[in-house]
Amino acid sequence: MKRTVEEAVLPALVALLVAAVVGDVLILSFGQNPGSVYRLLIDGTWGNAYGFGQVLYKTTTLTFTGLAVAVGLRAGLFNIGAESQLAAGGFLAALVGLVLPMGLPALVTLPAFLVAAAAGGAFVGGIPGVLKARFGAHEVITTIMLNFIVLALLNYLTAAHLKVEGTLHTTEIHAGALPRLSSMIDAFHGSAANVVLLLAFVTAAAVAWFLFRTRRGFELRATGLQPAAAEYGGVNVGGVWWRTMALSGALAGIGGLNYVLGYKHYYEESFASGAGFLGIAVAIVGRNHPVGVVLAAFVFATMSQGGLAVNAVVPKQIVDVLQAVVIIAVAASVPEVRRLARRTA
Amino acid sequence: MSIVESSASAPLAIRLADIYKSFGPVNANRGASIQVACGEIHALVGENGAGKSTLMRILGGMYAPDSGTMEVNGRDVTGWTTAQAIDAGVGMVHQHFMLVPTLTVAENMMLGREPTSGGQIDSGRVVGEVTELSRRTGLAVHPERKVADLSVGEAQRVEILKTLYRGAKILILDEPTAVLSPPEIDELWRVLRGMRERGETIVLITHKLDEVMEISDTITVMRQGQTIAQLTTRETTPAAIAKAMVGRDVQLAMHYAETARPRADLPSAPLLDVRDLVVDGPRRASAVNGVSFAIAPGEILGIAGVEGNGQTELLDALAGLRPVRAGTITVARRDITRLPVKSRGDAGLSHIPEDRHARGLILDYTIAENLILGQQHRFTTGVRLDNDAITDNARRQIEAFDIRPAVPSVPARALSGGNQQKIVIAREMSRAFQVLLAAQPTRGVDVGAIEFIHARLREARDAGKAILLVSADLAEVLALSDRIAVMYGGKFVVVLDRRDASEGVLGPYMTGAEHAA
Repeated sequence: MKRTVEEAVLPALVALLVAAVVGDVLILSFGQNPGSVYRLLIDGTWGNAYGFGQVLYKTTTLTFTGLAVAVGLRAGLFNIGAESQLAAGGFLAALVGLVLPMGLPALVTLPAFLVAAAAGGAFVGGIPGVLKARFGAHEVITTIMLNFIVLALLNYLTAAHLKVEGTLHTTEIHAGALPRLSSMIDAFHGSAANVVLLLAFVTAAAVAWFLFRTRRGFELRATGLQPAAAEYGGVNVGGVWWRTMALSGALAGIGGLNYVLGYKHYYEESFASGAGFLGIAVAIVGRNHPVGVVLAAFVFATMSQGGLAVNAVVPKQIVDVLQAVVIIAVAASVPEVRRLARRTA
Repeated sequence: MSIVESSASAPLAIRLADIYKSFGPVNANRGASIQVACGEIHALVGENGAGKSTLMRILGGMYAPDSGTMEVNGRDVTGWTTAQAIDAGVGMVHQHFMLVPTLTVAENMMLGREPTSGGQIDSGRVVGEVTELSRRTGLAVHPERKVADLSVGEAQRVEILKTLYRGAKILILDEPTAVLSPPEIDELWRVLRGMRERGETIVLITHKLDEVMEISDTITVMRQGQTIAQLTTRETTPAAIAKAMVGRDVQLAMHYAETARPRADLPSAPLLDVRDLVVDGPRRASAVNGVSFAIAPGEILGIAGVEGNGQTELLDALAGLRPVRAGTITVARRDITRLPVKSRGDAGLSHIPEDRHARGLILDYTIAENLILGQQHRFTTGVRLDNDAITDNARRQIEAFDIRPAVPSVPARALSGGNQQKIVIAREMSRAFQVLLAAQPTRGVDVGAIEFIHARLREARDAGKAILLVSADLAEVLALSDRIAVMYGGKFVVVLDRRDASEGVLGPYMTGAEHAA
C-alpha cells in the first residue's frame, strides 16, 4: 500500500520540482527574481481569500473534467472530448434554467440541473462510445471530431436563438442560481467559488467508490487492463465501452454547472476555454485516481490563477509553459519511477 | 547425491555464485549458484517459484543481483546489462514470447539490427539468412509470415531462431517444450544437440524430468531460492531429482486411471453435445471444420494434436469468445451456441483458458480479485462487491490449492507461472459447473502441482462432470482421457477409446499421415 502511494505521488512531486526549476530559468530570462515572483504567485493564489476562492473555482471545473478523463482511461479509453462534453452539459443546464419558472425550491431545481448537465455530457460522450462498441471506431478520433461539431452547434444555437444582442451569452437564468461560497464565508467575497465545489468533492468520492468498490467498477478496470481477460470473465466489453464514455461525458457535463449556474448564471460561447483539454493533464498527473485528480486539479488551478497574479512582472504565459513542463515531466517520469521502485524494492 | 566439483582447468561458460535477489518481501534468490561448462547442456530444475527464472534473468542482465558474483567464460560480469549479455553471446528465449505480432518473422529477427543497403532495409538478405538458418538448425519457419498468424509452437521456434540469429553462444531456454508437440520436441532436441556439437552452451529451465534425463549433461536443482544440488545426469535418477526439487518423495509417472465410479451410476445423456461446428479462424476460411462430439457425465475427452490445428478456435467458440459460423453447442441440454460468456457460465460451463496471461488472469489484479474473475456477480451485494466474501474466498482457495505467496492482496503479476495457473484452476474448479473446458491445464506447472491438478480433474470426472481436455503434452492426454480425439486441419480425424490409444497410434494421425474413415 505504501509503495503504491509513493508511486502515485512521487511523479507529481518530481514534476513540480522540475517545473519550478524551469520556471526559475524563465523568470531569470525576464530579468526578474524567481523568489519574489513565486512569492507574488503564492500571495495572489493561496495568500488571500479572493485569490484562493478563484483557485477553488477553477479547481471545481478541472476536477470534473479530470475525473471524466480518468474514468475513461481506467477503462482503456482516451476521451479527448471533455471540452465539448463540458460545454454541452453547461448548455443543457442553462436551457433547463431558462425554461424553469422562478421561485422553485432548490430541492427541485438542483436535481433538474444536475440531470440536465449530466445528460448533455453523457449524450456527447456516449456517441463515440457507441461508435467504438458497434463499429470499432477509435474514440480518440471521434471525440476530437465531435469537439468541433458540438462546439460549433452550440455556438450556432446560442447565436441564432438564445443570445442577448451584442453579447455572446444567453439571457440570465433566474431559477435556482447556485449559492457562492462567499454567501457562507464573507472572506471569499468577489470570488466565483460556489457550492459546485462541494459537488466536485462528493463526485470524486463517488467515482472512487464506483471504480474500486462496485462490480461495474471491477469490470470497467478489468476491461481497461486486459480486454481479452475481461471478455473471458463474462464482461460485455462493448457495453463497458459505451457506458464508460457516457459516464465520462456526464462527469465533464456536470462540470458545466460551475460556470453556468455557479458563476455567471448564463451560458456563454466557449466558456469551457480549454478546461476540458486541461482535464487530460489533470487525469494524467493525478494518475487516474479520484483523489489524485482532485489534488492535480488544485495544482493546475493554482498555476492558472497564479499566472494572473504575476502578469504584472512576467508574462502570464510562463504559467502555460510550466503546466506543459509538469505534464511532460509526469508523463516521462511515470515508467521511470515504476522501474526505480522495482529495482530498489 | 553427488556434488559436481568444478574443474579448475578450463574456464566455465557460466559461473554464478551465492546470488541473492529479493523483490520487496519476496526473496527470489537467496544464495543460488550454478556452474555450467562450455559445450554442455545443463538443466536448471526446480518447482515454480524456486527462483530459476530469476537466476537466469540475472545472468541475462535483466536484473542486477543484490549480492553474489557472476562470471561468463571466466570474465567477471557481475551486474551487467542485457545489451552487454547479448554482445557476449548470451541469448535468452523467454517463456512468454517477446515478438512484435504485426511484423513478419524476418522483420522480428532483424529488429534493432536491420541490415541496410543504400539506406534501405535489406529484408531480402534477412529472409535469405533466416531461411538458411532455419534449414541448418531444422527449426522450420516461414520468414515472411506475420507473427500474429503463427501458432504458439511456431512463435517459439521463431524466438529460438531469433536468439541464434543474433549470435548466441550461450542459449538459455525457459520452459521451451511447454508449447511444443512431441515431433516438435524431438526436433528441438536435435537442434540443441547440434548446437552442443558446435561447442555452444545451453541452459534449459524446466521441471519435466523426462526431458532432463533425455537431453541434459548436468543438472542444477533449486528449491526456495537456493541451489539444493548439482548433479551429473547419467549418475542420477528422476526420483532423486524430484526429491531434491520438492523436498519429499513424489509420484512421478502419469498413469491413466479409469473412473472408480460405475458408469451405470451416472445419467447417460451427454453433458456437452457439439454438432457440426464450424468456426472461422483469424485468416483461414474456417479453423474448425465441422466437428461433432459428445461428452457424457463422468468422462474426459482429450484432444491430441499439434498446435494450430483448430484447438484454440474450437475452445474459444465453446467458451463464447469467438462467433460460431455453423453448428450447435449444447450444455446440459441447453443450447448455448449464441449465448454470451456469462450465460454460458450460468449454464454450467467452466473454462481453463490456454493463455493465462492474456485471458485467464488480470495480471494487475490481486490474487483475491483474480479468484472471482467471471464470477463477480456471485460476490456482489446490490451494486457493491462484497470484499469480505472475496477475501474469504481467496483464503479458502489459496489454502486448498496451495497458492504461493498465500497473500490475497498480492497482484497476480508477482506470482510464478505455476502459482498463476493455480489461481485459474482454483477459480474454475471451485465454481458450480457441469462441463469443464481445460486447455493446457498444466502448462508451465511443476511436478508436484501437476500431480495435484490431475487429481482434481479426475475427482471432477468421478463426480460426474464432463471434461474436454486439450493439451500439447501427449503424456497428459493419455494419462487423463477416457477417450481421445486427434485434431488435424480443423477436424477430428479419429476418436479412439483410451484402451486403443498410445503415442505410437496417435502420432501418425497428429501429423496428418493417417485418417480414420
